[in-house]
Amino acid sequence: MQGSLRHLGGLEGVLARLRSGLAGLGCEASVAVAATPRAALWLAKGRGEALEDLPLGVASGDPLLKSLGLRTIGELLALPRDGLAKRCGQRLLDDLDRALGVLPEPRQFFLPPASFSAELELPGAVDHAEGVLFAARRLLIPLSGLLSARQAGVRRIVFRLLQHKKQTDIEIHFSSPTRDTQRFTRLLQEKLSSVSLRQPVEAIRLEAADFEPLHERTSGLFGDAQADDEDWAQLRERLQARLGAGAIHGLATQPDHRPESAWRRVEAGEWDPREFRQPGPRPIWLFDPPRKITSQDFHLLAGPERIECGWWDGDEAKRDYFIGRAADASLVWLYRQDDGWFVHGIFA
Amino acid sequence: MAALDLLLQSNSVWRGAAPARFSATVSTGYAALDRELPGAGWPTGALTEILGSQEGIGELQLALPALARLSAAGERVVWLAPPHLPYAPALAAAGVDLARLAVVRAPGRRDALWAAEQVLRAGPCRALLAWFRHARYEELRRLAVAAEASRACVLLFRPLEASSEPSPACLRLALEAHGGELSVRIVKRRGQPAAAPLALTVPRPVHALGRPAFPPAAPGRAREPGRLGLPVHA
Repeated sequence: MQGSLRHLGGLEGVLARLRSGLAGLGCEASVAVAATPRAALWLAKGRGEALEDLPLGVASGDPLLKSLGLRTIGELLALPRDGLAKRCGQRLLDDLDRALGVLPEPRQFFLPPASFSAELELPGAVDHAEGVLFAARRLLIPLSGLLSARQAGVRRIVFRLLQHKKQTDIEIHFSSPTRDTQRFTRLLQEKLSSVSLRQPVEAIRLEAADFEPLHERTSGLFGDAQADDEDWAQLRERLQARLGAGAIHGLATQPDHRPESAWRRVEAGEWDPREFRQPGPRPIWLFDPPRKITSQDFHLLAGPERIECGWWDGDEAKRDYFIGRAADASLVWLYRQDDGWFVHGIFA
Repeated sequence: MAALDLLLQSNSVWRGAAPARFSATVSTGYAALDRELPGAGWPTGALTEILGSQEGIGELQLALPALARLSAAGERVVWLAPPHLPYAPALAAAGVDLARLAVVRAPGRRDALWAAEQVLRAGPCRALLAWFRHARYEELRRLAVAAEASRACVLLFRPLEASSEPSPACLRLALEAHGGELSVRIVKRRGQPAAAPLALTVPRPVHALGRPAFPPAAPGRAREPGRLGLPVHA
């Protein structure tokens, strides 16, 4: 406790954090401070200031004590111990001793569970995304609390919207393990905007498992490459959440002479060691697929560059490539093959 | 007096007499263009519009040297809603480090604007190239505000017709083909208006013009005798 007191600015600081955390969970709490755990529990139950003034009910529900005319713990403590033990059993006396600190009361440390699953009944049926989002925060805060207690993060969470006769699952993937409530909320917001709530939502359920270790990181003084990568990962997942998984990608070259096979999509930011230089000039814009042309309104400026390739994989190309100028002065990349002329790209 | 200096150093005041100074710019790689641009390069944290008369006149060549320099320095570059497929071999040949480049596809205009704001707000991107065929003033205004809050150099590619519309961009260039060169007219810049259009020599695949007209499509196979001496890549 000493360490927490120093870190959080004294007892008041600890209590303030406790209260605000509980309020965030939507719990009403009565908080008490005492020298022993049991005394604190009784004080909180009885909402009193001193142990002696507490109503008897917090310690024992024995009807005998009530019939003796006792009302407070103080009166109970004033009774002779041996008589009390004879009439009410040793247990009550032990409890009293634990509250007073005469007997030790070892407590087990709370061990948070390794998965999270919680359901929240909405006070009324909600048919708009903002309402669901607001309620979801009630579930995300405990999740984040559990994760930070376990020093862990998740890559995937599932929201289940329970409607009258059906349910909608919203799966959210993160590119790196996280326990950041804001990150949860932001992605959920994007996902919700693409889901149409045909029926009002009556309850929501949040599930998360497969916790991965995630340690707090201290940021560097002069820029932080790791923070930069983290920001980038978050940007990617935000774009993917709204625009689809293929919305953001990187480019890489591929050692192939066929122009349409000389590149490939990669994960954005992936490093590709196989750089391959094409022998001729290549256009910045490629048409995929190539456009067949019928008009003859091109001036050929350079060429041909013959590309004859790919007989081994059934996608053979036998083409003569030219650089041409269209009537509107733009430079295009044309090719001729058996069945006519095609535009394959623009030198932008 | 000190307060006045401070005010003049920030970008909020445009002075009529001299080209304004920008705190940070990225050189375009074209000395003639740099001379005309305030701060001698593409402004960062501001919106720049590039208005091309049509595709294929070398409009992207204007941006590539800056992209090559930024990506080589390890900075991230994003292409948003490109009209065609950006072709990796050509970009690699222009010196762009492909590992630092990301392409973002956004089908609709609203999605594209949203994505642009997200990219600018996220921070790690140092250059954003975006293609907007149509955009309303308020949308551009939002983009300009997002750009100001970022440290990215934002190049917006739009058609030449848009040059008659008002725009919140702080730099606007109109491009037209002019013989073998690219004619760059500075429609708007901070400070003194530019006088005459520049004729820039941008890298083009060919410079020899006036070759014979388009031959008729040859009947039969593309590979036919009598066309020897060609480079054959197989």
